[in-house]
Amino acid sequence: MIKSVSAAVREIVREHGRLAVDVDGLPDDASLYEAGMTSHASVNVMLALEDAFDVEFPDEMLKRSVFETVANIAGALRALDVEAA
Amino acid sequence: MSTVADRDTAFLDGIRRIADEIAAPNAAAVDHDARFPSEAVAALKEQRALSALVPTELGGEGLGLRTVAAACFELGRRCGATAMVYAMHQIQVATLVRHLEPGSWHEQYLRDLVAQQRLIASVTSEVGTGGDMGRSIAAVTPAADGTVTFEKQAPTVSYGAFADDLLTTLRRGPEADGGDQVAVLTRADQVQLEQTGTWDPLGMRGTCSPGYVVRATFAPEQVLAAPFPTIAAETMVPVSHLLWAHLWLGIATDAFDRARSFVRAAARQKPGEPVPAAVRLSHVMSELSLLRAEVRSALDEFLEADAADDRARLSTMAAALRFNNLKIAASEQAPRVCQGAMGVCGIVGFKNDTPFSIGRHLRDTMSACLMVANERIHQTNAGLLLIAKDV
Repeated sequence: MIKSVSAAVREIVREHGRLAVDVDGLPDDASLYEAGMTSHASVNVMLALEDAFDVEFPDEMLKRSVFETVANIAGALRALDVEAA
Repeated sequence: MSTVADRDTAFLDGIRRIADEIAAPNAAAVDHDARFPSEAVAALKEQRALSALVPTELGGEGLGLRTVAAACFELGRRCGATAMVYAMHQIQVATLVRHLEPGSWHEQYLRDLVAQQRLIASVTSEVGTGGDMGRSIAAVTPAADGTVTFEKQAPTVSYGAFADDLLTTLRRGPEADGGDQVAVLTRADQVQLEQTGTWDPLGMRGTCSPGYVVRATFAPEQVLAAPFPTIAAETMVPVSHLLWAHLWLGIATDAFDRARSFVRAAARQKPGEPVPAAVRLSHVMSELSLLRAEVRSALDEFLEADAADDRARLSTMAAALRFNNLKIAASEQAPRVCQGAMGVCGIVGFKNDTPFSIGRHLRDTMSACLMVANERIHQTNAGLLLIAKDV
């Protein structure tokens, strides 16, 4: 189950994160910002995640560190009781 | 507790004395000649005001941000340029203090700063980034002998020629993405500044902020451990906006005070007769009250988040929007107050050589909307507003 959340996150990051590299070449704990995701792109990732998982990230989750890695994003989604895409 | 309050009071008494006795009498010349306010900065060093935010364990004064913000306000009432130099220095000190690693190179540096009252300037903007502080082109570049170097094209470095040391944002390494930034503290003897432009601006003339090519060779441990995006969110952006807003409030308050003096003088000349300017003054007071309320509430909110040791709260989008909004609101409201005050005083406010002159105040506060351009901040906010919930 956890894996499928991560896979769905990766798909969204690939589409909206505008990384300088292929997200599939990055481990789950690699910094997406270091891989070229801008603040602007991260907002689009957040919007796409909210849409795909039908959740709303509360304000305390809306910070850079929560969206830094695929693992962190998947953890945040699990904290919102998301089980799979 | 009372000793802390006493120290704050004594510190601010000293700042007020410097503002009244040294910054004020030199303010017109500093402005006219676009020269560095060297007398006032020397007096601030003598009072050890440059290490106000350094903890007492490192020999500093250990004062809080509320006291330093009040100092920026007091200096702003007498000389905007002096206040801006002081505020910008404190932003760099706050960055070092709040992101300090125990036993680091920067800990020893802060001891030296206390002992020698070293003045720090910042090199955050860069030619080619379109004003985006969150991206760098210049990079920390390893040299053969174990040192590292950088070369950065800075469109403006405030008081660069008068600073002892520089805090510079750079890409982490030659291969790093533009957003993967670090902050580096370099000492004067490690840096070469090549001036690339002139300095003849409309206001804040005493900050002496032309462009430079900055070249430095330094040790790798001079790179701050905390990533710059964390430093920016938790310290540099909110502290900049808070301290700038306080000094803009100081400038606007003096403009209002001058207008009030003008109205009183007019009332005294013709006792019993209506004073039309007094009604205009009342309008200006409303504008000033709005500015003061915004500045004070933002400071309270920042200190509250900090006191709760909840610094991560400062990294949320809601906090970014809050302090971005302070910047936009204060930078638009301060010149509005000054222009209103000039309207009260009329021609004697417009002239540069009367006790009621408002020209310098107006020109100095007009720089506020450009220091990190408001339109860029609106662009950032526009993105954040798409996703932030409770703003």
